[in-house]
Amino acid sequence: MKKELIELRVNGRTNELAIEPSALLLDVLRQELQLTGSKRACDDSSCGACTVLVDGVAMMSCTLLAASCEGQEITTIEGVSEHGSLAAIQKAYGDWGGAQCGYCTPGFIMTVKSLLAENPDPSEADVRAALSSNLCRCTGYNQMYEAIRSAIAAEKSESRRASLDRTGECARPHTSSAND
Amino acid sequence: MTEFSIIGKPTAMVDAADKTTGAGKYTDDLSVPGMLVGKILHSPYPHARIKSIDTRRAEKLDGVIAVVVGKDAPKTYGILPVGHDEYPLALDKVRYVGDNVACVVATSEAIAEQALELIDVEYEVLPAYFDPEESMKASSDLIHDNKPNNLEKDYHHAFGDPDQGFAEADEVLEARFIANEVTHAAMEPHSTLASFEIDPHTGKPGRLTVWSSTQVPYYLQHKLSLVLEMPMQQIRVIKPLVGGGFGGKSEVIPIEIIAAVAARKAQAPVKITYTREEVFWAHRGRPRTIIDLKTGVKRDGRITAVKARVVQDGGAYCSYGVVTILYSGALLGALYDIPNIQYDGYRVLTNKPACGAMRGHGTVNVRFAFESQLDELAAKIGMDPAEIRQRNLLQPPCITVNGLRVQSYGLPECIEKTVDRSGWMQRKGKLPKGRGLGIACSHYVSGAANSIIRSDMPHSTVNIKIDRDGGVVVYTGASEIGQGSDTMTAQIAAEVLGCSLSRVRVIAADTDLTPIDIGSYSSRVTFMAGNATLRAATEVKKLIAAAAAKKMGCAVEELVFRADAVCKLAGESSPGHNPPGPDGRMRPSPHGSPSPTVSGHVEGQILRGSLQQKRKDEGPKDQMTFEEAVVAAIDFHGALTGTGSYAPPQEARGGKHKGGGVGPSPAYSYSAQVAEVSVDEETGEVTVHKVWAAHDCGRALNPVSVEGQIIGSVWMGMGQALTEEMVWKDGMLMNPGLLEYRSPSSIESPEVEPIIVESVDPEGPFGAKECSEGSLAATIPAIANAIYDAVGVRLHESPFTPERVLAALRAKKNAKTLNLTDGIDPTSPKRFREHGGSLWFKGKGPERHELDPARSEAPAGGAD
Repeated sequence: MKKELIELRVNGRTNELAIEPSALLLDVLRQELQLTGSKRACDDSSCGACTVLVDGVAMMSCTLLAASCEGQEITTIEGVSEHGSLAAIQKAYGDWGGAQCGYCTPGFIMTVKSLLAENPDPSEADVRAALSSNLCRCTGYNQMYEAIRSAIAAEKSESRRASLDRTGECARPHTSSAND
Repeated sequence: MTEFSIIGKPTAMVDAADKTTGAGKYTDDLSVPGMLVGKILHSPYPHARIKSIDTRRAEKLDGVIAVVVGKDAPKTYGILPVGHDEYPLALDKVRYVGDNVACVVATSEAIAEQALELIDVEYEVLPAYFDPEESMKASSDLIHDNKPNNLEKDYHHAFGDPDQGFAEADEVLEARFIANEVTHAAMEPHSTLASFEIDPHTGKPGRLTVWSSTQVPYYLQHKLSLVLEMPMQQIRVIKPLVGGGFGGKSEVIPIEIIAAVAARKAQAPVKITYTREEVFWAHRGRPRTIIDLKTGVKRDGRITAVKARVVQDGGAYCSYGVVTILYSGALLGALYDIPNIQYDGYRVLTNKPACGAMRGHGTVNVRFAFESQLDELAAKIGMDPAEIRQRNLLQPPCITVNGLRVQSYGLPECIEKTVDRSGWMQRKGKLPKGRGLGIACSHYVSGAANSIIRSDMPHSTVNIKIDRDGGVVVYTGASEIGQGSDTMTAQIAAEVLGCSLSRVRVIAADTDLTPIDIGSYSSRVTFMAGNATLRAATEVKKLIAAAAAKKMGCAVEELVFRADAVCKLAGESSPGHNPPGPDGRMRPSPHGSPSPTVSGHVEGQILRGSLQQKRKDEGPKDQMTFEEAVVAAIDFHGALTGTGSYAPPQEARGGKHKGGGVGPSPAYSYSAQVAEVSVDEETGEVTVHKVWAAHDCGRALNPVSVEGQIIGSVWMGMGQALTEEMVWKDGMLMNPGLLEYRSPSSIESPEVEPIIVESVDPEGPFGAKECSEGSLAATIPAIANAIYDAVGVRLHESPFTPERVLAALRAKKNAKTLNLTDGIDPTSPKRFREHGGSLWFKGKGPERHELDPARSEAPAGGAD
């Protein structure tokens, strides 16, 4: 199939790519852009290991045409770390055992990011419902809930500190993820 | 607990950031220049002779570099020395739908897939065997010519006097239990990248490097050497991050060999990654097991005898089969005190993908049967199910009737704690109708005492190197597969050396760099690689201590290694410990003290070495920093390295009877669980609300990981108990997708309360034992027993799907059985479920019955 030139915005950067119109977003991310954090585990949107955010919405990139994402803002797991450090949710997943083999972890973290952007204070039932789009074979999910609770608490105390700091000079630039 | 500074504290895994940022590399994330893609052609028939393979059309396709067939590597291999019955690619015969026939190497996946369609294979279809009990009667068209009756192996053991035991019993029960086939379904599909490098002296392809998703790099190196006929030292196996194994990667999977054979033929690096459907065919999961079990008890609850006849549907190749069938019998012992055991085990070949080792290898299905029957016996003699288990405890240290040595034994405490936490005494039998509690116990080995390859070599060896920068590098062949092996290694090294975790770097599972470790299976890593690490670190510590003692003018015995310092006993400052978090639990503190204190001597010691130190440190002192002590030791000894190895002690290697080598372990873990379930009597649906799981892991080196392993095991057991099942039709897998296989999602997963019990094993590293597998086996019977408590039906076949529960409920009421599959497909067996739309490759399915709706070209319903 003849390749076409597209512009794909991933993690805040624009990439000009020549891809087949039938190329899947996951393959383009992994093979063209070497962003291998998004994983292929099932081929058919069963497991969510390939979850990325497309304009802030969690989508499974293994069944999404890359060409259809032109003009949209794609965020992958590689775009989650903040200023070279772990985001609260990444830190919490490590500390609380939310990740064991880690293969499903990027997908889960993207799903949680999208959940928290929509609902910053989810109930346990909300979390369970949101996570059901992804599968994990190691953890039995229990420690993920603890991680998410802890990340929410950390974010809260962080934003409290940020609002106190705002009067000061050296307030950290706050990246708002709730854009659009 | 205060005696330790690193172990016993919840610790984030040393590779946690790699996993949460996506930076960590799994095999499929790797690429090397000039890398080609391999795709495998699988057999569409369950049993057929290959008359011819014509690859010419495929080879002509632009972009195809090579087509590999069986003749390119006609050597057999298999994980067990007694089971070398597999070819990398079929030579003359295929034995299951999905068997490996040919491999196309091409410049892209799309071209490779296209080329698969162009390979012409002529088959002569043979009668196939799908049911183990039918297969055992076979006299012709055997699956392997050297296995009469399609019997891979059978064992017949009698310990004590079973007949006498049953004669003494007051109550005897006998029943057939069936546990259907399940698979690991690890999230990462198997992947292998193989690359040859050119030998500078001969100018020809020389050394081979293989990156693979494996639990057993050393075994892979060994099997590659057999099939490729290359010396082992010319093969380097590297294990990148592995996305879960559960046993599915604990043996050499066909692609791992095929990729290397393909790279040799294509003269370029080749990567092959399975699709999810191919992962299901690669399988090596837990076999469908038929258990005819008979147990006798006295009125006081004491078990007098057990008799088990176990038939395992092993699939088309041996795999770990001989070990699985032996574990099923051997692990009847070492949990309870059973004086008389009779065991007849049959491992049978059928035309389905081979079964192998899966979490709780061999013990799970028999444990389901045993704990269910024990529950029934308790009811018969009017005894509480928790109490009957307490009446049959071992009195360790002891050697069981079948030759297993038991030392640490936390089972009594496990039962006590689960009973207590679940409110068993107050709630059992008093829950509303349709809701119930069930209890069950289980145990597992902390590594097999006898290696697969019979030899006297140590099972684990670990090297440690410390250089003048004060960095500790641990080299271990142990395979991190997500269970925390690298973290455990780092923790033990740091604990022994009294340094912070951030100093320790673990280099693991690379056969060129790391000493031999036989792999991550049979829950052996903490016990064996942990002990080897402990010994290596202790050896290095001795060297440091000798030099430090000299510097400080004291005896070696007076020194304490703690908090990145070496100090005299008297002058020891108590290192700070983390206060518990607001919820009373210890907060995870990933890397020891928050900011490891760096010695002021760092630059000086590297640049000018000890001269400057000698000048600065006039006279002996009470304390040295870790760096100072290390520099002193290197100056004193010349180099600072240590090595340690572990081989299980002779006393723990089991009885002398045939097959007695499987089952013995240096230590056993113990588990007791209570499950709370509710059953919808209208639909037959079972919901697990909570599981209390107490597990005796000896000592929890990293509580957050131990809890994670307990929860994960219970969860996987729950999957097998309720939903997971490989459904077959004429040798074809009906549900080769993660949704169709029904791996539980967060919605179906219960809360699990892990309860850590520490019995401190005399031989484990810091007393630690297994924690990753033992809990699984108790979950299935705990749920079965809870279902009985809830609605009074005893389920004899797992998984307990709504269909089976409903059938049992209707049978109890003498109502007509509902046939939910009526009218779907005249050829379908009772357990038929519609194929879930997974990626069956085009047009190559097996012959279907003429009335099968899938045969008609047009959609059955026509328009609309």
